[in-house]
Amino acid sequence: MPKAFLIDTTRCTACRGCQVACKEWHDLPANSTKQRGSHQNPPDLNPYNLKIVRFHEHLDAQGNVVWNFFPDQCRHCLTPVCKDVADMAVPDAIVRDPKTGIVLFTEKTAQLSPDDVRAVTDACPYNIPRYDEKTKQLVKCDMCVDRVSAGLPPVCVKTCPTGAMVFGEREEVLDTAQKRLDAAMQRFPKAHLVDVEDVSVVYLLAEEKEYYYEYASFM
Amino acid sequence: MTNHWIDIKNADAVLIMGSNAAEHHPVCFKWIMKAKDNGAVIMHVDPKFSRTSARSDFHVPLRSGTDIAFLGGMLNYIFETESYFKDYILNYTNAAFLVGKGYAFNDGLFSGYNPETRSYDRSAWAFETNADGSPVRDTSFSHERCVFNLLKKHYARYTMKNVSDVTGVSEENLLKVYKAFCATAKPDKAGTILYALGWTQHTVGAQNIRASALIQLLLGNIGVAGGGINALRGEPNVQGSTDHALLYDNLPGYIALPRAKWQTLADFNKDNTPVTAVKNSANWWSNRPKYFASLLKGWFGDEATPENDFCYGLLPKGEDGEDYSYMYIMERVYQGKIKGGFVFGVNPMNSFPNTNKMRLALDNLDWMVCSELHNSETTDNWRRPGADPKTKKTEVFLLPSAHRVEKAGTISNSGRWVLWFDKAVEPGGEARSFADIFVPLINKLRDMYRTEGGTLPEPLLKLNWPETYDPEEWTRRINGFFWADTQIGDKLYKRGQLVPAFANLLADGTTSSLNWLYTGSYTEEDGNKSKRRDPSQTPMQANIGLYPNWSWCWPVNRRILYNRASVDLNGKPFNPKKAVIEWDGTKWAGDVPDGPWAPQADTKNGKLPFIMTKDGYAQLYGPNLKDGPLPEHYEPAETPVAEHPFSRQNSSPVFKFFASDMDKIAEAADERFPIVLTTYSMTEHWCGGGETRNVPNLLETEPQLYIEMSHELAEEKGIKNGDGVIIESLRGRVEAIAMVTVRIRPFTVMGRTIHLVGMPFAYGWTTPDCGDSTNRLTVTACDPNTSIPELKACCVNVTRADKLTEIA
Repeated sequence: MPKAFLIDTTRCTACRGCQVACKEWHDLPANSTKQRGSHQNPPDLNPYNLKIVRFHEHLDAQGNVVWNFFPDQCRHCLTPVCKDVADMAVPDAIVRDPKTGIVLFTEKTAQLSPDDVRAVTDACPYNIPRYDEKTKQLVKCDMCVDRVSAGLPPVCVKTCPTGAMVFGEREEVLDTAQKRLDAAMQRFPKAHLVDVEDVSVVYLLAEEKEYYYEYASFM
Repeated sequence: MTNHWIDIKNADAVLIMGSNAAEHHPVCFKWIMKAKDNGAVIMHVDPKFSRTSARSDFHVPLRSGTDIAFLGGMLNYIFETESYFKDYILNYTNAAFLVGKGYAFNDGLFSGYNPETRSYDRSAWAFETNADGSPVRDTSFSHERCVFNLLKKHYARYTMKNVSDVTGVSEENLLKVYKAFCATAKPDKAGTILYALGWTQHTVGAQNIRASALIQLLLGNIGVAGGGINALRGEPNVQGSTDHALLYDNLPGYIALPRAKWQTLADFNKDNTPVTAVKNSANWWSNRPKYFASLLKGWFGDEATPENDFCYGLLPKGEDGEDYSYMYIMERVYQGKIKGGFVFGVNPMNSFPNTNKMRLALDNLDWMVCSELHNSETTDNWRRPGADPKTKKTEVFLLPSAHRVEKAGTISNSGRWVLWFDKAVEPGGEARSFADIFVPLINKLRDMYRTEGGTLPEPLLKLNWPETYDPEEWTRRINGFFWADTQIGDKLYKRGQLVPAFANLLADGTTSSLNWLYTGSYTEEDGNKSKRRDPSQTPMQANIGLYPNWSWCWPVNRRILYNRASVDLNGKPFNPKKAVIEWDGTKWAGDVPDGPWAPQADTKNGKLPFIMTKDGYAQLYGPNLKDGPLPEHYEPAETPVAEHPFSRQNSSPVFKFFASDMDKIAEAADERFPIVLTTYSMTEHWCGGGETRNVPNLLETEPQLYIEMSHELAEEKGIKNGDGVIIESLRGRVEAIAMVTVRIRPFTVMGRTIHLVGMPFAYGWTTPDCGDSTNRLTVTACDPNTSIPELKACCVNVTRADKLTEIA
């Protein structure tokens, strides 16, 4: 049964439990970071941060502060373009598990040429793949395939205290997503589900994507 | 908390004020979001728009240190719109009490003020009493000196304009909060107030919380599901450590610290055992002598007898009027009056205010013992930046501490639930838990007294002290034992068996308990109740999310305090849809009620609901605090405001401060320091950061000290986002990185613009290049009741830095 995530940004408090839990579960080392005038740190996805929470603040038309949080990660597309591109160079460098829908970057991504790496990276509409100089591999969120195979939710979902993240069978998650959207619309008329037909990780945003992150949605 | 975490979901209005709940108590937002899902309005009143504000229905920015003005405005709104819960305040609060003729309030000062001692003679504020000593009540609320009318008059001065002028909150925003929250005065509605250090760390901290109590009582929100005044305790066990006398002026179970004036147990009990003339008042503290005798019995065992005052004479007595809070301890260290000591569980060289003074003070110690996970700014003070280690005499003994996952025991959470936790792993290396350090240390001292003698050996040698530390055994000691065979009902308890409930504790030496509030937590019948993880409940309990068989909660497993105030005089719930308790004519159902007695309408057996007050009524007017019977707005000790419309008394007339050369406080409106600084914790670091700065994955998320400021201030000062900034107060200089944000806005205060900046205090020099203590800026001015320093408001200036030395 294909799996799906709902990431309901209207419930996210940006505690970043998901961001840190992801590192911990995957045993990824810390980056040396600097304060640059933002809470968003590390500033971007990188080989050691497969999930980060992005922060965006602005004043709305009435002059009220709006602070949006966007826990960014691979969307596990139903038809992953990254895989199509990689397959042309190194078959099975990127694979999609038909059962769960999990899209995985394998060790074979190390066989991709620099041009191929760029092509795969450029192909992703969500700006997700990162190149690990050390292993020469492309890396991204693996939806905690080890946990999911063992019947556990991904660690980010497990960590979330407010129910911003929901994981389960695709049909059920989409059903929940629609209910959450209906509720959110009452307060946020522009609320919408992002690219819901094409991805396994569905975001519920309260307003247009430019108030979150330029790659928050494709459509 | 009067209530508990899950109960937040029952609220119709959630006012988060003096707290940044989402960032400092992330998991609690689960329940706040559930309240929101149920249609509750979530409001955040705070100087800074934070992650809490982002998830609230709205945020209202407030100038730091003006909470009483804001809440006073709400009190005025309640009276003006008559949106109080009349039956509740009449029957359950002291609204009808007459205040004596000695009470007066004039231009910011209550009667009884002595400017020389900066203190009040509180006898001036006493209630008028009948011949038998009971309070005179005017149930028609017509007498001008009845509490209801005094309150109404006092807060009539808190007009929308005055409040808006002082707080910097627009009248529109004030009204938005007042309307939404006061809608909960209806019997079937509830509002909760969530607060934390944002209220306590002020020179008027205790009165901030008193003001919230006034509001919650007038609206009838105490004792009900979804109501209450809920202190979000920061450290997981801060509730437990408070219960067990972490505070300097308490013994375990909120028994006063013995003082020199109480040389015998009889002296002590005479002044600490309230007597009421109100017939239907339970006056629960009249039992205090039983709890104190049982505590002494727990400490001294068979050595404690009625004939020797249960060894009361062996307890150290505080000098009358002396303050033993940490601010005063550090003052004595600074003056060279303390030569050595133990610093455990705190990093004062980073977390205490006016850190430059603290760091100098510590140099005066000959010796210091610390127990830590990592070297800290305190353990390594002798080699701090700018100091020459060769000139520092302090001998430091640094003991490796076990981490909290390396030990077993209980914690008491904010909702007073006592929760057992197991040891996950053995401590690494030579590390030990604090208890595994203390128990053998005391035994070593006992051995030395036995073999070598010494001055006053009895307090240690007579202790009922174990050979080794066993957390489960300690949990049993806290619950307490019988010291003589005792018949209770049809059951005979043998000497050495556990006492089933605190109602069974006695003052005759036949029982012990290291904390009466916890008696009943570990029983012969049910074992260690902190280990219970049983979610079973009745439908009535399920309806409000009450889990009586999950862990155990003090007192007597009562999950919502003052719950007798959730029902009418006949014991019927004000809000039947969210009933906490209900009287069926013979017994109570639901939560454990505040005492087993019949409802108040039963003139023979009924009791008043506020059983911990002497006369049984909740105290709208409270003559016990040191700074007044009613909360009144005063500016912080350091303020950009030279005068305010409420009185000519600018700052609190009784806040505490120090006279040393290192304790400077800027004059009001000092032009050199025109900007308000407020300080706080953050999600990613734990308090002063001593632990979490050593966790690389956390340091990655928040690596360096920052200062949050508005775009307007940044422009005025020529500061760009990410620039280095120097922040100066009269006491110190700190470097930080500018975080220029719309989340902080300039305030308009009495017609002029006042800027506010905010900084976390999680960074210290032992972590390279991350910045150093923010508290070098903050002020050693303290609340007169609690001696908590005003970490939330002081005055600074900021300038752009060309070069930084503390941050790289």
